[in-house]
Parts: sequence; C-alpha cells; structure tokens
Amino acid sequence: MRVTFTVNGRQASADDVWEGESLLYVLRERLGLPGSKNACEQGECGSCTVRLDGVPVCSCLVAAGQAQGREVTTVEGLAGPEGELSTVQQAFVDAGAVQCGFCTPGLLVAADELLERNPEPSDGDIREALSGNLCRCTGYEKILDAVRLAAARTEGAV
Amino acid sequence: MEFLRPATWQEAVAAKAEHPSAVPIAGGTDVMVEINFDHRRPEHLLDLGRIPELSEFDTDSGSGTVRLGASVPYSRIMEHLRTQAPGLALASHTVASPQIRNRGGVGGNLGTASPAGDAHPALLAGGAEVEAVSVRGTRLIPIDDFYVGVKRNALAPDELIRAVRLKTATGPQQFSKVGTRNAMVIAVCAFGIALHPEVRQVRTGIGSAAPTPIRARAAEEFLAAALEEAGLWESRAALPPAVARQFATLVSGAANPIDDVRGTASYRRHALGVMARRTLDWTWREYRGAERTESCA
Ligand SMILES: Cc1cc2nc3c(=O)[nH]c(=O)nc-3n(C[C@H](O)[C@H](O)[C@H](O)COP(=O)(O)OP(=O)(O)OC[C@H]3O[C@@H](n4cnc5c(N)ncnc54)[C@H](O)[C@@H]3O)c2cc1C
Ligand code: FES
Ligand code: FES
Repeated sequence: MRVTFTVNGRQASADDVWEGESLLYVLRERLGLPGSKNACEQGECGSCTVRLDGVPVCSCLVAAGQAQGREVTTVEGLAGPEGELSTVQQAFVDAGAVQCGFCTPGLLVAADELLERNPEPSDGDIREALSGNLCRCTGYEKILDAVRLAAARTEGAV
Repeated sequence: MEFLRPATWQEAVAAKAEHPSAVPIAGGTDVMVEINFDHRRPEHLLDLGRIPELSEFDTDSGSGTVRLGASVPYSRIMEHLRTQAPGLALASHTVASPQIRNRGGVGGNLGTASPAGDAHPALLAGGAEVEAVSVRGTRLIPIDDFYVGVKRNALAPDELIRAVRLKTATGPQQFSKVGTRNAMVIAVCAFGIALHPEVRQVRTGIGSAAPTPIRARAAEEFLAAALEEAGLWESRAALPPAVARQFATLVSGAANPIDDVRGTASYRRHALGVMARRTLDWTWREYRGAERTESCA
C-alpha cells in the first residue's frame, strides 16, 4: 500500500509498504531517515522515539498505515535549516551525554518535547520524561546534566 | 494482509462483522510487538485510530458515570480523570513509559486481557462495564464477567469495544503494583481497592496472581461488614488493626498465583497482603480526611 504523511514539515510518500510494517521501518528503509534507531522493536528502549502529531511515541509500535495523513517529527527535524544544532542537541554535546550514540536520537526527541511542554522541569520530571529511553553507556547522569543545561539555556534565551 | 481504515465507528463495526478474524489495532503497543516478532500474521488489520469518539471521554456528572472511549491513551486518563476515576488514573500512571502511555489505552488492555494488565484491578475495583458493540447491537458486559481465561475475554468475534463505563468515584480509590523499577515493568502482582461509601461497599481487584484478573470477594465482604458493624462509615473513626490484618489475609488468600520468572507464588501472596494493608490504610485515611475537610468547610 502507499502511505503518505508529513515528516519534519515535508510531505513524504512510500510505496509498496507492507500492511504490517512499522513507521520506524518506513522512516529508515523507505524514506532515507535513519536517525531513529531500531534496537528492540518492542517498545522497551525508546531509541525509535518520534513525535506523532506532536506526541512522543515508539515508532516501532506504530503501524505505517496509522501514520497516513499525520505529522511526524524525527531527530532529523530538530536541527535548523543550515544544520545548526538545536538547544537540546548542543547541550548533549556540551555535557558529554553521548557515548556510542545509539540511544541519543530517541533521548533528544523525548527531551526536546519535555522542554517544550515544561521549560523548567524538576529532576523528577526529567527522569519521568526519559524513563522510556534506555542508555547502555552513560549511566544517565550526563544525560540529566544535558537536559538541565538545555533548560537553563532555554530560560536564559527568553 | 489488508489494512482496513474505517473513518467512522459504524464502518468499523461493519468491517468487524464482515471480517470477524480482523485484528483491531488501537495504540498498537500489544499488536505491533506481535507482528514485529512474527507471532501474529492477521489477514486484516483494523485500524481504529481514525475514529474520533474512541479517543473521547465523557464525565457528565449528571449521569454519575464516566464513559471512557476505548482508545483514550493512558496519559490522558492520568491527566484528566484523577477525580472521577482515581484508581484507573493511578494504574495508568504505572504503565510502561511516556511513549507507551501516549498510545496504549484501556480498550487495548481489555482486548489483550492479560492477567498482568494494569487497568484490570482498577476496573474490577471500580465496578466497570464494558460497552461491546456489533452490527447486532450494544451490550454492557459487567467487568466481573469479562475475563474468561488466560488472555481471553468475553467479546464475540464480531464485537468491538466502544467504551468503558465507570461509576464516578464517590470515595477514595488506590492502586499498587510490585515490580523491579517504577517504569517499564510488567506487574509481579498488583492490587486495586475502591471504597463506595454511597452503597456501603468495598471492591477490589488483583492482577498477575491468577489466570485472570480477579476480585477478592471474601475480603471485600469481610471489610464492608466490619465497617458496617462498628459504624465506621458514619463515624470515620480509625480502622482497628485487626480488621486491616484480616483484610490483608483474605486478599492474599484470594490469589491463585504461579511461580514464574517475575516472582514465586508465595512471594506474590505475601506482596498482595502487604499491598492490601497499605492501600486500605491510604484509602481509609483519605476517607477520614475528607470528613474533616467537609465539616470544616
Ligand atoms: C514496552 C511495553 C511495556 C508495557 N507495559 C505495560 C504495563 O506496564 N502495564 C500494562 O498493563 N500493559 C503494558 N504493556 C502492554 C500494552 O501497552 C497495554 O496492554 C495497552 O493497554 C494496549 O493498548 P493499545 O491501544 O496499544 O492496544 P493494541 O495493541 O492496539 O491492541 C491490543 C489488543 O486489543 C485489541 N483491541 C484494541 N482495541 C480494541 C477495541 N476497541 N475493541 C476490541 N478489541 C480491541 C487488539 O485487537 C489487540 O488484540 C506494555 C507494552 C509494551 C510494548
Ligand atoms: S526500537 Fe522501538 S522502543 Fe526499542
Ligand atoms: S550512549 Fe550508548 S546507549 Fe546511550
């Protein structure tokens, strides 16, 4: 079947999509957007996190056909038009929150949504917002630092 | 495989009648795992995601009922139904992670009917009814009759869940779940309790400790009788410790758990007793506190 939706502000279509295929597969294998990662395919790790109509979801658990006509934002949609890193991305770099990087795209999407919703999150808010994203490298401390840093910078900018 | 995408509820019900083996997909958090791992290859996937009323809820206080659309995601239940359905709101907050709670909902939990589903203890304690609809008509299935076996429910092949109806809470409700961490945990066991002061009843629900979600009826009856006898519904006096202990023992005894990778049967029985005592303590304190605020106001 053919599936058409908006991804990072642009209309995109994929043909010959298998009916049981996930949105994650369509993004990575058919639309050339490999930023969202595939690790578990069962909702446990969050590395495939994208926003569907603004809401963070595991794209491995969304059937491609369910995205028809909807708006999807992936990690590729975070940076500016010239590739300038977003506040959250820059904070991850500056805080050393990236090691192997496999979990990073999902964490960026989740953290970005958190700060949009709640610009001054408590540590508890950050932990809860990121509780669906596993990282096997960092031990999470630097990730928490990065989100706090992004929050502080966002506040400073206002 | 065929992907059916009904735009209205009528179309969805008609599609289910035409293809009774079609697998409905709401949030997809159970269905897609099965498809990704090749555990399921349905001929038809029936996408319910385009039917607006399934994602709506109605808390019309006049009717004294909360009508919760089958696909309302857990994140919205947590946010909006804390007052009207506190037990279910608390249970929703313990499901998985934000990403899963943004997609999964009670219709899917009921569809899967896993003994470990977190909505079930709250639905049992709240005295819910499941609104099952087919081209033949609508029937209200009492939650007590809904779970018929391990991962089996009372829906007919041509039926879809339109909504769940819960009495608007008139007393405190609690939910408690044992797991190895707060997020992303399948319950080792879980317990829900609801006080229904207007009818002088107590209802409970037990998860992950029997082939299906169950109520602890002997415990409910014992507690309701003890409260009645001592005039505690009116006096709102402290609960005698012996009553709480006996309640916990009866809850623990109602379970019929097994040993599995998540825990042993004896641990589950023990944990249920602890959760029963704690949640009773919390609900009773809240019930007593409510009286104080009311009489102060
Ligand atoms: C990583 C992860 C963690 C999880 N953690 C938990 C947890 O902590 N607690 C918990 O309870 N669950 C958990 N689950 C399971 C799942 O999220 C829940 O069961 C959820 O409620 C399913 O809802 P859904 O809308 O995603 O269902 P779907 O996957 O869309 O459907 C589930 C089943 O219900 C049927 N169905 C859906 N809607 C209807 C309807 N309207 N009428 C008839 N049948 C219908 C489907 O055909 C299917 O059989 C977890 C799942 C994942 C992937
Ligand atoms: S790949 Fe989707 S949650 Fe792990
Ligand atoms: S940086 Fe390697 S998994 Fe997080």
